[in-house]
Amino acid sequence: MADPTSPAVRAPFGETERTTAIAFAVMLVLFVVAPVVVYPVFLMNVLCMALFACAFNLLIGFGGLLSFGHAMFLGMGGFVSAHAARIWGMPPEAAIALGTAASAVLGLFTGLLAIRRQGIYFAMITLALAQMVYFFCLQAPFTHGEDGIQSVPRGKLFAVLDLNNIWVLYYVVLAIFLGAFLLIYRTVHSPFGQVLKAIRENEPRAISLGYDADRYKLLAFVLSAALSGLAGATKAIVFQLASLTDVHWTMSGEVVLMTLLGGMGTIFGPVVGALVIVGLQNYLAAFGQWVTVITGVIFVVCVLAFRRGIVGELAAWWAKRRA
Amino acid sequence: MTEIFGVPTQALFGQLLIGLINGAFYAMLSLGLAVIFGLLNIINFTHGALYMMGAFCAWFLLQYLGVGYWWALLIAPLAVGAIGVVIERTMLARLYQLDHLYGLLLTFGLALIIQGVFTNYFGSSGLPYQLPQEFSGAFNLGFMFLPKYRAWVIVASLIICLSTWYVIERTKLGSYLRAATENAALVQAFGINVPRMITLTYGFGVALAAFAGVMAAPIYQVNPQMGANLIIVVFAVVVIGGMGSILGSIITGFGLGVIEGLTKVFYPEASNTVIFIIMAIVLLIKPAGLFGRAR
Repeated sequence: MADPTSPAVRAPFGETERTTAIAFAVMLVLFVVAPVVVYPVFLMNVLCMALFACAFNLLIGFGGLLSFGHAMFLGMGGFVSAHAARIWGMPPEAAIALGTAASAVLGLFTGLLAIRRQGIYFAMITLALAQMVYFFCLQAPFTHGEDGIQSVPRGKLFAVLDLNNIWVLYYVVLAIFLGAFLLIYRTVHSPFGQVLKAIRENEPRAISLGYDADRYKLLAFVLSAALSGLAGATKAIVFQLASLTDVHWTMSGEVVLMTLLGGMGTIFGPVVGALVIVGLQNYLAAFGQWVTVITGVIFVVCVLAFRRGIVGELAAWWAKRRA
Repeated sequence: MTEIFGVPTQALFGQLLIGLINGAFYAMLSLGLAVIFGLLNIINFTHGALYMMGAFCAWFLLQYLGVGYWWALLIAPLAVGAIGVVIERTMLARLYQLDHLYGLLLTFGLALIIQGVFTNYFGSSGLPYQLPQEFSGAFNLGFMFLPKYRAWVIVASLIICLSTWYVIERTKLGSYLRAATENAALVQAFGINVPRMITLTYGFGVALAAFAGVMAAPIYQVNPQMGANLIIVVFAVVVIGGMGSILGSIITGFGLGVIEGLTKVFYPEASNTVIFIIMAIVLLIKPAGLFGRAR
């Protein structure tokens, strides 16, 4: 999917390991300090969406698989964890784990179907399956349809940390995000990640070398689904709400947009993209449907003129300057 | 009142008719998608938005210019087809050297823009479109009443679908088109202007969507969101049929419409999801689609 000649793809984390480490440190410091100046609830929304976009990027940026139905994992994770916390009275850690597991299982079944086709068909199949999950959530009694699951209790994490304290909650969400972020980084750099990239570049060749491409793709799909579920489950606990918005196809489009805008196949791109898009939605909320139009315009501009995304363009500019 | 499988015949035939009507739209839209995909290798996400524009075009014509249904049936596809030509020339044409998924992303963005703009100006509630005078009333078939307009939709869409099939499979122009689908470079080497053919194909596929939109205007309300949900179902229809064959798209479209209608009678809870479930089953049994070839 991503343009293989771009430096961002050849060295997905900027120039060197060192640049990556510096960038990571900067991101860490910014997120630790940010709630002093920025509204923490807004930041937590950014963190959840950034995690969602990173999980999505694992699939498109490194596996070359464009899923147009990732909202089903975000939404399902949210509904299951909200239900577990509210109705079954589970503590938050168990509720989030259950939501994540539910999305992983959903990812296993939808993945088994979707990886039977490639490219454009893969996108259409995931979109259609997500629409099926949407109708399921609309009709299933436990989601309460249009109302969603409201006033989900935040509870105490490990019976110690009171998540009703907004500061505690913020740093717990940050810890979840960073943990998942490092897991994705590790996955991409592992032998598994290398094989995944090989399959993206040339699937028949990877198969001829003895790799079972379908199993690698399925594993990547399940991992991406589980992490998306983690994002949704965390989001449900943070906002004390699981709603149909998170399962709708517009959400699937949004995560594609965040990743595309930030830079597909770059490790920091989805985080930047999520920050920009969530910020945009926050400040433009008063303009109603114009947000949809602006979203569409960003899509068109990115595809026509800006395919490497913000981080990809920066990395290219940096590489050119140093050369 | 007579019953079949414990269901009143009136309800059964009523839903069958609705299924056939929906199927007619699935067929017309998936046909357009298949024609565009064949030559451009792009899945046109804008299709639903352009279908909606077709309906709005008819509504504008009637509301502001007093131009009726029949003229709309001609003007709307031409107007929307012209917009399609502009989209193809100015935007899609730049993407042919890239991964095909970029075309999907671009057309998705365009769909959002079009839907957003229309929702801004017209809200999300539907606008009524007056049924043309000559279609008021119904035929009495003995076992049910068939509204004249609904009969017309089924007949007209069959005519459109079959003539498209005829042009592509049986005429010289169609043979160029099929040849270019197989190997565009070779066809160009024979002196045929392939870029122009691509542009016109996109324009034609899009015009087909607008035509469907005009036909839909009197049945469904004219609504900025009317294409958005429909297009996802049509994608599933395309996956089920496979994009290899024109006749396949037509048969799958009508067939799935009927199946969906019957589901509404026998198990209404599943009527929204039945097409997606069928898609899942087809993927398990025949991943290339019922009429598709593995690519």
